[in-house]
Amino acid sequence: MLYYQTVVIISMHETVSNTYILEMLDIDKRFQGVHALKSCSINLRQGEVLALVGENGAGKSTIMKILTGIYMADSGEIIYFGNKVHFKSPKDAQDAGISIVHQELNLMKHLTVAQNIFIGRESKGFFLDDRSIEIKTQELFDRMNIKSIDPRSKLADLTVGRQQIVEIAKAISFDAKVIVFDEPTSTLSDTETEVLFKLINELKQKGVSMIYISHRMDEIKQISDRVTVLRDGEFVGTRDTNDVQISEIIQMMIGRVTYEQPKESSSVPPDAPVVLKVEGLSSIDVEDISFELHKGEILGFAGLMGAGRTEVARLIFGADKKTAGDIFINGDKVDIRTPEDAVRNGLGYLSEDRKHFGCVLGMRVADNIVLASLSNYVNGLFLNEKKIARDSVEYKEKIDIRTPTVNQLLKNLSGGNQQKVIIAKWLIRNCDILIFDEPTRGIDVGAKSEIYKLMNALAKEGKSIIMISSELPELLRMSDRILVMCEGCHTGTIPIEQADQHAIMTLATHHLERGA
Amino acid sequence: MLDFIKRMQLQKLLALGALIILYLFFAYFGRNFVSVPTTLSILSRSYFVGFLAIGVTFVIITGGIDLSIGTVMMCSALIGGLLFTVFGFPLWLCLIIMILVGTAFGTANGLLVTKLGLPPFIATLGMMMVSMGLGSILTNVRAQNFPTLLGENAWFVRLFLRTEGNIPTGAFFLAGYLILTFIILKMTKLGRYTYAIGSNEEAVRLSGVNASRWKMITYMISGTSAGIASIFFAAAYTVMTPGTGQGFELDAIAAAVIGGTSLSGGVGSVTGTIIGVFIMSTLAVGLVSIGLRAPYQVFFTGVVVIGAVFLDIQRTRRANRVKK
Repeated sequence: MLYYQTVVIISMHETVSNTYILEMLDIDKRFQGVHALKSCSINLRQGEVLALVGENGAGKSTIMKILTGIYMADSGEIIYFGNKVHFKSPKDAQDAGISIVHQELNLMKHLTVAQNIFIGRESKGFFLDDRSIEIKTQELFDRMNIKSIDPRSKLADLTVGRQQIVEIAKAISFDAKVIVFDEPTSTLSDTETEVLFKLINELKQKGVSMIYISHRMDEIKQISDRVTVLRDGEFVGTRDTNDVQISEIIQMMIGRVTYEQPKESSSVPPDAPVVLKVEGLSSIDVEDISFELHKGEILGFAGLMGAGRTEVARLIFGADKKTAGDIFINGDKVDIRTPEDAVRNGLGYLSEDRKHFGCVLGMRVADNIVLASLSNYVNGLFLNEKKIARDSVEYKEKIDIRTPTVNQLLKNLSGGNQQKVIIAKWLIRNCDILIFDEPTRGIDVGAKSEIYKLMNALAKEGKSIIMISSELPELLRMSDRILVMCEGCHTGTIPIEQADQHAIMTLATHHLERGA
Repeated sequence: MLDFIKRMQLQKLLALGALIILYLFFAYFGRNFVSVPTTLSILSRSYFVGFLAIGVTFVIITGGIDLSIGTVMMCSALIGGLLFTVFGFPLWLCLIIMILVGTAFGTANGLLVTKLGLPPFIATLGMMMVSMGLGSILTNVRAQNFPTLLGENAWFVRLFLRTEGNIPTGAFFLAGYLILTFIILKMTKLGRYTYAIGSNEEAVRLSGVNASRWKMITYMISGTSAGIASIFFAAAYTVMTPGTGQGFELDAIAAAVIGGTSLSGGVGSVTGTIIGVFIMSTLAVGLVSIGLRAPYQVFFTGVVVIGAVFLDIQRTRRANRVKK
């Protein structure tokens, strides 16, 4: 901890030098109680590529959105070419020569390529002149050495990779002095990535400065001049790319002391039977996922945002359509096409978005508990309220749901207790395989450890659990094995005895043989 | 050729084909379908719905909806009639005020949607009731009359509906409005932003464009169109009854959807909408000519709308399929 503190001080000294064209100083930003940026500072030199890295939620995208006028900082200042600036809208930033290639595509699919690039910059008068923006687009593409895209094609007719190229061309077309790339290669093929890197190098020659957000360490090594690491909304340090090892960057990203004691060894006997086996599971989001889940095991799913963990869970649960792959439960091949099929086969899924997909907040606790097994609670046409009350009270006590009565509306319970109600819902349905997707998101520390206790108790009872989490300490504490994903692929499975944050992050940022 | 079809959009072609088939069908089976009175009847039904539908097409392309246009049209007509008969305003001034009443309602809708952030469905549903109520309040629930071909101010009908010699003068206005709005949608900034907002409003905003201002303008166009429609409605039906007008907005929206305007935004055209309008009025008049009464007309219009929306959903689903 102390070590990084020193780095901060040193680099603050550096900012005194006037070689920086852009300095963001002590930027602070809160969103409804979440402290997204804590006095965070970064700086940029002329004609360099600065890589900006950090774990999910480190504040990379937030600080870039402040730079480009999408968000406003609560405090702090931006010095741009020696002047203090204050961008109130994306247009202000664009006019000043700062543009951004957004992580999620920000294009209009019903418009043509040229119309997309020049949106907001059509001719001065009221009438449009599409011919001239098509010519300008073609000139831009010629300069960028892009041959395969016709300025007149509808955007919806292009592949995602080419749409991304259009987005990049749009950013360049502002005659930008600073361009921010927010994970630009996540949708690009190898050749398209090469085109992009060539472009970045050419822009560099012309003196354009770039900020490059990425999780791919090899790319950062290849393309950047310096690396700035953020963690939990704070500046951690900046290194020259040539002098730094990937492992050091990862160490800086993880940083925090693990306050939760990791699990020492797996509590699953080696001969425990396989209850769930997934083979070659694929969809448009994930590719060739295979793994086994044993009785009484907690299998952690690690990976960065967008790695495809939730997508795998949804595929297994029948919520999305798979393109290939087989699922076996207790050795038998099962055909799961809908969540209903999944539930019938003893699967339960606790969504990462509890409020949207997990429960009905306006209904009573008791109603939520029996929601998935309502057919067991009817007498002919009518609901058997007595049985509902009896069983829900039983589970309330069994897993210690803190509510005065099961007739309380669910929305009046705390997040942790809502989560327990959802767990009860699946338990009462006799689910033996439970998928917990970010089970402790938005839950306070005390309630977290209760959820952990409950999960351990369930595993001990013989339930098998898949636990998806973005918090590595939590995964290390709970899991018997950890499966790591990166960009829709399964990059490795680590037994808990060998797992640490470093090993997981290495696999999670593992560069894949793309295009294969 | 294939490229041409793609540009024309499949649904618009389908709609045009359907209109022709429909017309031929009624021409063969209907009694007196191909005749001057029937043609005039189809046309006069099409004028006011045409203006309403063209206006609402702008809003639908942005991904919004305007449910208030039917009752706004009626409210404008009632106010116009009141000023004309009770207050003795000159007719030409009443007509201008009628258009402005529409614009005012459109502006109110636009403010509710862009400034207060209400969902368009709710905002305009509320405005539907407000405008219907206002028309009744102002007129004290009394019907208002407009001039007819017989008597004073006959130029009103002669200009906006037809002459004594059966020249469909209203059609020229509708054609003119069609050309004007076509140019706006295809050749001006306003049109470009209308489509862009419907495709991805956030992207438009992030491109440094004041998206809410342009969206606001589309609601004003929709309201103004309803104001204009009230003139043609008054010319065709002369007696304006307070508390009515509901239902015309659905005819207009249905016409836009039949003509290929997507309820999910970003796609649509006024030419398609006009085809949709004529499909609806041909169907209405044609069913009568083969001896089926009004209930059948409502029934079949419903069937056509469901079919059109189904096509729209299929198309959207195809467009959303990610290309890799």
